[in-house]
Amino acid sequence: MVTQQQIYDVLATVMDPEIPTLSVLDLGMIMGVTMSDDGVCVRLLPTFVACPATSYIRANITDALAKSGFANSKVEMETELSWSSDRVTEHGRKLLEEFGLGAPVQIDGILSLDMIEHVNCPHCGSANTTLRSMFGSTLCRSIHYCEDCRQGFERFKPL
Amino acid sequence: MNDVAIKDLLYRMADDELIIGHRNSEWTGLGPILEEDIAFSSIAQDQIGHALANYGLLNAEFGEPIPDIIAFSRNEKDFHSSHFVELPIGDYAFSLMRHFLFDHAESIRYSMLTVSSFAPLASLAKKIKGELKYHVLHADMWVAKLGKGTEESHAKMQSALNEAFPYALGMFEPSKLDKELKSENIFEGETALQTKWLEAITPILERANLQLSNLPIKERMYGGRQGYHTEYLQPLLDEMTEVYRLDPAATW
Repeated sequence: MVTQQQIYDVLATVMDPEIPTLSVLDLGMIMGVTMSDDGVCVRLLPTFVACPATSYIRANITDALAKSGFANSKVEMETELSWSSDRVTEHGRKLLEEFGLGAPVQIDGILSLDMIEHVNCPHCGSANTTLRSMFGSTLCRSIHYCEDCRQGFERFKPL
Repeated sequence: MNDVAIKDLLYRMADDELIIGHRNSEWTGLGPILEEDIAFSSIAQDQIGHALANYGLLNAEFGEPIPDIIAFSRNEKDFHSSHFVELPIGDYAFSLMRHFLFDHAESIRYSMLTVSSFAPLASLAKKIKGELKYHVLHADMWVAKLGKGTEESHAKMQSALNEAFPYALGMFEPSKLDKELKSENIFEGETALQTKWLEAITPILERANLQLSNLPIKERMYGGRQGYHTEYLQPLLDEMTEVYRLDPAATW
C-alpha cells in the first residue's frame, strides 16, 4: 500500500536546479498528490511564468518517483492559482540563507518597493543593506549590497 | 465566448511581447553597466515567457499551432505586433523610455485582465501582474534618475520620449473586435487602456521633469495590429528564425 507520505518523501529529494538545496516542497510548488490505479499524480504550481527550470523540475519529479519504484507517475500543472514567495516554507527560508541568498519577506498579496528594497544580509544579518538591482542572475533573484560586512549578495525575490 | 475576438486579443498581446522581448535581448552583453545588462536580459526573458504563455493559451484553448510554430513560422503580415516594439533598440535612453512606456501599458493591461470573463486569461494575468511590478519599478527608477540627472541625461530622455510617444500610442490601436471583448467582459478595450496608461505615466514623467503635455496625442503610429509593419520587422524575423529555418522539424 503506497502512502502519501512515501510520495512526499520522494518529493523532498527533488531540488530546484537553480537553488540546489531547496526542494519543490520547500518552495511551496506542490499543490497535492493523488493516487489511483493509474499511478501517482502530482499537482505542480509553477513559480515565475518564464522560469526555464519548470520543465526540468517536472521531468525530475517523474524521474525521482520512477527511481523509487513509482512508475507511470504524472505531473499536472496547476494553472488557475498563482504561486507567491509567501509559499516558501520556514525551513526553505532557513535553507536559502544558508545557501547565501536573502529570504523573501511575506507580501500578503501586495508587493511594495519597500519589500523589494529591504532585506537582511544573509552573511552577517545586518539590516543596513542597499538594493543594487531588481534583476539578478536568475528571474527569482535581485542583487543587494551589505554596508556592514561589505559584501554583495543575492536575494530570492518576494513575489 | 467570442473565440475570434479572444484570439485576436491574444495574438496582439503575445506578438508585442515576443518582438519587444527579442529587441530587449539585444542588450545582452552590451548594457551600459552590468546591472542594466542583467536587467534588460531578465526583462526580455520574462517577455518571451509571457508571449509563450499566451501562445500556449491559443494552442490549448483554440487549437492554434504549438507556440514554436506560431512564433517562428508565420509571415510578417500575420504578425499583430505594434510598430512601437519593432523599432530598433536605438541608444540606451530610447530603450529605457520604450521599456517605461511599454511596461506600464503591459502592467495595466494585465491588471484589467485579472477580472476577465475568459477564465484562463484571468488566471494568467494574476500570475504575470506581480512579475510586471518589477519591470515598472525598474523603469520608474531610471526615468526619475535620468530625467532629473544631468543636463545631458535629461536631454536624452526628453528626446527619447518625443521620439517614442507617437509609436507608444500605436500600442492602443483599437481593434474592430474591441466592442465584442467589452460586451462579453473579456477586456475593456484599447481606448480604456490608453486612458488609464496616460493617467499612470503622466505624474511619473512630471516628477522626472519630462514634458509630455506638448506632445500631440493625435499623431500615432497605427497599422501593426492589421499586419502593416515597419521596415524593421522583417529583418528582425529573419534573424529570430534563422536557426529554426535550418531544420524546422528538428527536435530540441
